[in-house]
Formats: sequence, structure tokens, C-alpha cells
Amino acid sequence: MDEHVFDMGEIDIAWCPGCGDYGILNVLKHTLAELNITPENLIMVSGIGQAAKIPHYFKTHFFNGLHGRALPAATAIKAANPSITVIAESGDGDMYGEGGNHFVHTIRRNPNITNIVHNNMVYGLTKGQASPTSQLGFKTPVQVAGVFLEPFNPIAIAIALDAGFVARAFIGDAEQTKEILKKAIVHKGYSLVDIFQPCVTFNKMNTRQWFKEHTYYLEDSHDPHDRIAAFKRAVEEDKLPLGIFYINPNKSTFEDNVGIYHQDKRPLFEREPDFIRLQTLIDKFKTTD
Amino acid sequence: MSQKIDGISIVLCGQAGMGIQTVEGILTRMLKLAGYNVFATKEYMSRVRGGNNSTQIRVSSQPISAFLNRIDLLIPLNKGAVQHLHDRISKETIVLGETEFVGDEATGGHFKFIEAPFIKIATDIGDKVYSNVVAVGMLAGLLGMELNNVCDYVRHFFSTKSADVMQNNIRAAEAGFQLAGNLTGQVKIDFNLKPDSAVKNHILLTGGDAVGLGAIAGGCNFVSSYPMSPSTPVLVFLAKNGRDFGIITEQAEDEIAAINMAIGAWYAGARAMVTTSGGGFALMTEGLSLAGMLEMPIVVHIAQRPGPATGLPTRTEQADLELALYAGHGEFPRILLCPGTIEQAFYLTARAFNLADKYQVPVFILTDQYFIDTYYNTKGFDLSNVKVEKHIAKTASDYKRYELTTSGISPRGVPGFSRGLVCVDSDEHDTEGHITEDLQIRTKMVNKRLQKLESAKAEIVEPEFYPNRRYDNLIVCWGSTYNIVKETLAVLDRPDTSLLHYSQVYPLHPQTVDYLIQAKRVIVVEGNATGQFAKLIKLHTGIDVKDRILKYSGLSFAVEEVAEALNKVLK
Repeated sequence: MDEHVFDMGEIDIAWCPGCGDYGILNVLKHTLAELNITPENLIMVSGIGQAAKIPHYFKTHFFNGLHGRALPAATAIKAANPSITVIAESGDGDMYGEGGNHFVHTIRRNPNITNIVHNNMVYGLTKGQASPTSQLGFKTPVQVAGVFLEPFNPIAIAIALDAGFVARAFIGDAEQTKEILKKAIVHKGYSLVDIFQPCVTFNKMNTRQWFKEHTYYLEDSHDPHDRIAAFKRAVEEDKLPLGIFYINPNKSTFEDNVGIYHQDKRPLFEREPDFIRLQTLIDKFKTTD
Repeated sequence: MSQKIDGISIVLCGQAGMGIQTVEGILTRMLKLAGYNVFATKEYMSRVRGGNNSTQIRVSSQPISAFLNRIDLLIPLNKGAVQHLHDRISKETIVLGETEFVGDEATGGHFKFIEAPFIKIATDIGDKVYSNVVAVGMLAGLLGMELNNVCDYVRHFFSTKSADVMQNNIRAAEAGFQLAGNLTGQVKIDFNLKPDSAVKNHILLTGGDAVGLGAIAGGCNFVSSYPMSPSTPVLVFLAKNGRDFGIITEQAEDEIAAINMAIGAWYAGARAMVTTSGGGFALMTEGLSLAGMLEMPIVVHIAQRPGPATGLPTRTEQADLELALYAGHGEFPRILLCPGTIEQAFYLTARAFNLADKYQVPVFILTDQYFIDTYYNTKGFDLSNVKVEKHIAKTASDYKRYELTTSGISPRGVPGFSRGLVCVDSDEHDTEGHITEDLQIRTKMVNKRLQKLESAKAEIVEPEFYPNRRYDNLIVCWGSTYNIVKETLAVLDRPDTSLLHYSQVYPLHPQTVDYLIQAKRVIVVEGNATGQFAKLIKLHTGIDVKDRILKYSGLSFAVEEVAEALNKVLK
């Protein structure tokens, strides 16, 4: 499939020149095209922030909701129509800060969605404050003495919660990022892809060069089915590993567990309440509760 | 009071976990099956064990559906029951039970005490746990029921238990029934109850059950909520029955997730609702505003309880009308429904889904603890009066989600249903759903969203008059106070006074002003401290209703209380 089916034509894009978001947008189009996922068969769900504007630059169904609230909406959308591919995509502040509680519980719920997080370790849209993933000592107009909160480690948290697919990518390597995204989208169940990207305007600490120097790919010998090994790699600090940390292919999804699709595969919009059964239920109140 | 209220008022009082619910559950259903009208309501403390909780059971030859202060028969199930109900006990009250639970007051003359040794009888049968069923048997005997009907129902009630347990419960019921025979000389109450065979075929259910059944009838197939008293019974009802009806029921991590899930579900074509109380809804207000901006339907059930903050978790109030009315940042339309009867709860909840879908606005069902936990027999629901109206549009490839129309309503597409891409955005957006900062589009979009309220005014639920439309004095109420004020009027003997009950408070019915100016005097009755509905009436009609009967102690109005207050106002 041609990735240009997702092109919007001439549009005004709100991202800064040189922003990592452009790279992610481009890689995502190629990923979806290679997986033959059409705009009609995809729903992009996002929150608020610069990364969360991505559905506007992309031809597809989309639900651009509230700051931090993409995951509950994405979960319900998938549950209401399991045949459509659902991607929940936003930035590190949105997914890990404002939406931190939903991040944790969505992993527990395990809907078959892909969670892509643009991680530039800073707030862009609100102009340069610390994000949950900002490094210690990072100075901002609010964190004037430098960040002293322990950085949020989404990879370790996701593995701790036994998320079915946990990976990290760096947008400086488009080809590898695409391969990781393809596997994440194909994975049945919740998948997390945290993508390192530079913020050229507000993060002078974690630059493109910094990411190059502070990351490396997990070796081929890393066994992603070994949860303990995955966790050890997730808490490495000097150099941050990239690639697929962890896969658990044996988890049932939220849509499986809600219990209404086993016999009837139709999405909710095709269904009508069973009034004969409802009459029986009402009549039960004649004798018992 | 000019007329004695028909029937008998029985109150059971004991600790949480002591089996009041068992006595109540068996007695009310047994009586209903025998053709008696029954009503039950409970007040309880916010705890799992202990405390003092009470249940009122009214039995009558006439339909009854309101809380009475009066107690004819009190069955104390622990010490402290008499003190707990002190204000409601009179010299006419007969207290039937263990001497040890009544204490010194038994001989004080404040009430008539008759010893009924439930525990001894139960212990003789095998375990004091059967004492509740001894009480059931005794009450059934006093009320003139047939012994074999009593035993049949007890057998039915315990049908899932072991043969031993069932047999002992039947023996307990028989022993209680026999006790009643011995007591009839002492318990001088003229019950004078006449069964009505039509009642046998009635349904007996709580307000919470009716909201749950109404949701199913409205095509609800997605519920996401966080447990919170007193709204939880609706969530439990839908969870229990959900899989039979293809309903996804999810307990969210918090109310914020709950409402965002429900909105996402509607986007994908579901018919979703959330059920919560005031504090939980406070967390949902950001999501409510999202529904306003996305023009996504949503049904919100709020079972009110006293606030602010945690307030009184298991008590009742009507103080979240303004919260529901003004919740959410920015300006967007909404509809507020507030059932006053079990029937209204069923039909209005079903209707809420159609209204939400049609106008793409939040629709509220406002109930309260009293309403959710109260039950009485009523005729069954007629499903031929209910229709699931879906407003999902067929779309073409050039579909625009927010196309400008004269009604303000844009055809709502659903992903996967037809060709058009469905793009929605919490930012201000253009007709295609894309983010915009074009301020001319902004103005058009605000106008479009608000226009939907004007469109929704075409089908406002008519307020109901009782007993008729000729009056000097008009009492105005909304929501759960309906049956209480209605019974008050039935016993007050004031042909110059009528009731006007609103089961939709917003948008307010346009004839409100005509109805009010016809009256020489208007009195608002509502369960809050500031007269929230009276303020709403003033805002929309300019009429300042100064006579207000308000209650905010945490307990529902009682019939006698409203009667006394009305007598004072009307002189």
C-alpha cells in the first residue's frame, strides 16, 4: 500500500522546524502502509500537546480528546468495535504525567491497542517545563534549581505490570523505529512504544547528539520473553537500551474479557437490545428480585 | 391531619449485617404476592457492620409510595433501636421484640411494649440466626396472611440453601406465625387490609432497578463507572445482567477514566452511560465539557447524596441540581431529567439515550439515595412504548463531522459504519473536525452548539399536575419528592391546592410561567438548603418563589412533615 493515502495535502503544521514529530509522522505512514492498514480501518486517539496534534496531519479517523485521557477513550473505542486498529499517541507529559493513572490501569486492562509515546523529556506546548521523564538536574523556568524528582521509567513500569509488548525506539533511526512499530501494532494486546525524540526548542540537554551517544540496541541474544532479564535492561541508566524489551504473547485482551464477543462478533453500533429477554427480566420482579 | 393515612407502617431497626434486609426482602415480596400494596425504604449508616439502620415497610389496601414518619409497629433487632427512632415513636407505637433490646424504656409508657422472644424461639429451633424469619412469620400472622402462603414463599426464598437450612427456616416462620396467634389479643391494631388481586401481578423493584432496566431498554451497551454510594446499585444491576444483554460493564480506575471511556464508546457507535454520585461527577466535569465540545452523546446518572466533599455517603439530598446544570468549563447545552416515580425512572432513562443520541448532548438522570433504595409495587412496564432511536448517519467520502445546519445538529458518522472519516477534536475545530484558530469559525461553532438546546426544546417532558389544573395554591417539586407531596395532598384535604411535578428540570418547560402565574400562591418543596429549583425557575421565568419548604438533614421528607409545613404556610 502507498503511504501517500495518509497525506493531507497542503496544511499548516504547528511543529517547530527540525522537531522529531515530523520523523515519527513519516515513519508511522510507512509502517501503516506496509501493514496494509487503510485510513478507514484506523482510529488515532490522542490527548493534548504538540505530539497529540499528529492526527491532524494524517488522513484517518481520529479522536483528539483531553490532555492525559487518550487511553480510556482508546480502550472504549476498541471495545466498542474490535475490528478497527486503534493507536493511542501523545507525548510524555500527556501519557505519563496527566494520564499516569490511566497508563498504569490501561496496561492492567490490556486492550488490543498500540500506545505510541513521543518522549522528548520536556513539555513543548506549555514552553519548556519538566516532564515526568526529564533527567535529574534539568533546569527549566519552573524547575529553577533543576529537576530533583526521580525520572519516570515507563519501560520498567510497563514490564512490572506485565504489559504484553514493551519497546523503545529513537526517531534518529527511522528504519528500526518502523520495524518496532510494525511488531507493536501486530501484537495482540496492549503494546507500548516509547520513542525518543529531540525537542529542538526547549530541551538543550537531550539533543539529537545526546540520544545518539546515550542509546544502543539490545543485542540479538536478548530474550524478550524473559521478564526478569527485560526488567534488568529497563533499569539501565548510563546508556539507555533501544529495541523490544519484553513480549508476553499469552495474555487475553480486554475485548476478549468483556464477554460479549464470543458468539457475536458484531460491533456495538450494529446491535439492538433484546426486548423479549428484557420482558422476561422485568417479569422476574413479579416474584423475586 | 384531616385523614388517617391508610394501612400500616412497620419499622425494623438493627445493626448493619443483622439481617434486616432478609426480613424486609421476604415480607414485602410475600405480601405483594398475596395482593397487598407494599412500600419499603431504608436509612442506613456508612459502615459494613454495626450502627443503627432502619427500614420502613408500609402495607396498604391502596397504592402507597412515600416515606411516613409514623411507626405503628417497631421490631427492634438490637439495643439502641428505640433511641435511634425516638422522634418517630408515639404512644400509639407498638414495640414488639426482645425485652433486652428495649431496656428500661419498656415500662416508661412512651410506647406500648409487647415481648416477642424471637431469639429464644429461634434457639429452640437450632440457632438464633433464624430469629429474623421468626419475626417474618409473626408479622405475616399479624397481617392476616395464610400460613401455607408464608411457608411457600420462605421455601422459595431459601431454595438455594441446604434442605436443613430450608426446613429450619420454615419451622421458624411457622413458630413466628403461631406467636402472632398468641399476640393478637394484645396487638390492637385495626389492620383492615384488603388484598387486591391485580397487585399480585405487579412488579416490585427499587428506583435503582428501574434506572438499570430503563438503560437496557434505551439500548445501553456500555457502562463505565467507579463505585460510589448511592449510585452503585445501578452499576451492580447492569454488571449482573450485562452479559445477557451484550453490555460491556467496566469499573474504571477513576471517574475521569469512566467518562472518557463512555465518550469514546459513543464515538465508536456504542450507547454508553456513567453512573455516579456528586463527588464522582465532580471528577467527570472535564469529560462532560469534552462531550460538549465533541458533540458526543453521553448519559450521566447522578444519585445525589449530601455534600460538600464526602458529606453523608449513605444519605439523601437534592443538592446537585446546580452542579449538573453548570458543570463543565465553557458553554454547551444539556438536558436534565429527574424521575419521581419508578415508572418515570424506567421510561425516562430509556428516553435519555434517544435524546442524547438525537441532540448529541449530555443527558442527566438525577436521582438520590432515597429514590435509588426505595421500592414499591407498580404495574409492569410496557415495552411497546419504548423504541431505541439511533441517530447514526450514513456518510460519503467527503463527510464533514461538524457540518453547519439550521438545527445545529450535524449528522453523526461512526467509524466503520460507512465511508466518511470521523474526525473529532477537543480543540475548537472546523467543520471537518480539524483544529482551528479561525475566530469566525469559532463563533459559528458556538452558535451551532447552542442551537441544539433550542432544537431540544421541541420535546421537553411535560410537568404533571396532581390532582388537577385548578388551584389557588400550587406546590412545585421535582425528582424524588413527587410521591411524598402527592400523598401529602391526598391526606391534607385542600381542594384549593395542587401539585406540579417536574421530571425534566432543564430545559425548563416553557409553560412554567403560565402555570405559576395562575396560582395565588406558589410553594416549592425540595431537598436542599438553598432552593436550587426555585432559583432556576426565577432565572427562566422571572418569578421569585419565596415560599420554600426545604430539607437537608440527610433524610428524605416524610409525608407528615410536608403536611405540617404546608399547613403552616397556607394557614
